[in-house]
Amino acid sequence: MPHVRERSSGFAFDAKCPGSCTYLMRLLIGSLLCFVIAAAVGLGSTWLAVSHGVTIGALTIGAWTARPKLGTAEIDPYARAEIERRGELPVALGDGITFMAQSDDADNPLDGRCEVTVRGITPQARFFTVTLYDPNGKLVGNVINRYGFTSQELTRNADGSFELAVGPRARPGNWLPTGGIERYLLAIRLYDTPVGIASKAGRETPMPTITTRRCQ
Amino acid sequence: MIRWLLWLLAGLVLGGIVHLATVLYLPRAAARDAYARLAPITPVNAMVPLPAPTPDGAVVPFLDPAFATAVCRYDLSNGPLKLTAPVSQAYTSVSFYTRQGAAHYAITDRAAGRRVIELDLMTARQRSQLPEEEDVTAADRLIVESPTPTGLIVVRALAPEPSLMPMAQRALAGARCRPQQGAAR
Repeated sequence: MPHVRERSSGFAFDAKCPGSCTYLMRLLIGSLLCFVIAAAVGLGSTWLAVSHGVTIGALTIGAWTARPKLGTAEIDPYARAEIERRGELPVALGDGITFMAQSDDADNPLDGRCEVTVRGITPQARFFTVTLYDPNGKLVGNVINRYGFTSQELTRNADGSFELAVGPRARPGNWLPTGGIERYLLAIRLYDTPVGIASKAGRETPMPTITTRRCQ
Repeated sequence: MIRWLLWLLAGLVLGGIVHLATVLYLPRAAARDAYARLAPITPVNAMVPLPAPTPDGAVVPFLDPAFATAVCRYDLSNGPLKLTAPVSQAYTSVSFYTRQGAAHYAITDRAAGRRVIELDLMTARQRSQLPEEEDVTAADRLIVESPTPTGLIVVRALAPEPSLMPMAQRALAGARCRPQQGAAR
């Protein structure tokens, strides 16, 4: 008996079924390990992909990102999982396209306590809107009930470009209040525009710059 | 040692499968997708205006506050639908979403080229059952095929300035979606 025990890997019941039990035990531990890894890797990566966004076929111009296929039947499964989780109705491609920015040109996250300037021109479109959202897609409350600008409302410079001040304090000209929230998103939606799936970053798709000036 | 590496590898492969399966399954499992959010406030096959988004909340996140929006939650199991939407002054669009929230078709007022956007919505099967001559002769009849029997039609009218919002809402109030009477018979 002691002889058998020495040879085995130390399980007490090995004596009764030498060999096969050790094998079963290894199989059990191995498959448990395998399942734990599978669950961690599989669910973890899905969570990461859906919450942080895997962008397939994205059009990135400066700080702005659009996903033209989001508004089509050929939407990729990651994007679909994401919009379903958020419960969003994306702008359809035949209608327009949405560009989102969550950081400025220097990659600093957009902070509602800072003075941020959005300056430049947008690609050709019949109309566009600029809107400020909190990270959950809600509008941000403020004293003047201003949640965004349409292309008609923006005051332009002589060359057609605009300058939009985004920040907590009132400013003359185009001012989009942040309500002092920590993080926010900016959306530029182009309606009835040639920008679409075939578009690339370049001269035909100029997007405004985003600069953080001063934080309090 | 090799054995454990093999288990590890098997775990990783299985993890990949779990990842793919969950990503594909998630849209079906999401209880709070746009369709589910709209279901309590929208009757089937009728056009209703959506309340404007406010900082306190909105039925659907990331709505454009510059637009008046109306929604028709459709169910084609009893036959095709007819959609009519008068065009507002600035910009009007009609978008169709599947039950899973993918936009399968959209048209703008300019593309429609008329004062009223008129569309017939049906499944591929209902379309194949249309009498042939009807399909051919109705050249100016716009037919949209829905990949799913249920889904959403969203009509949007732009208010270029906040003061024009009542006008956009009034234009949308004329939008209708209703079952076709005796169509395709």
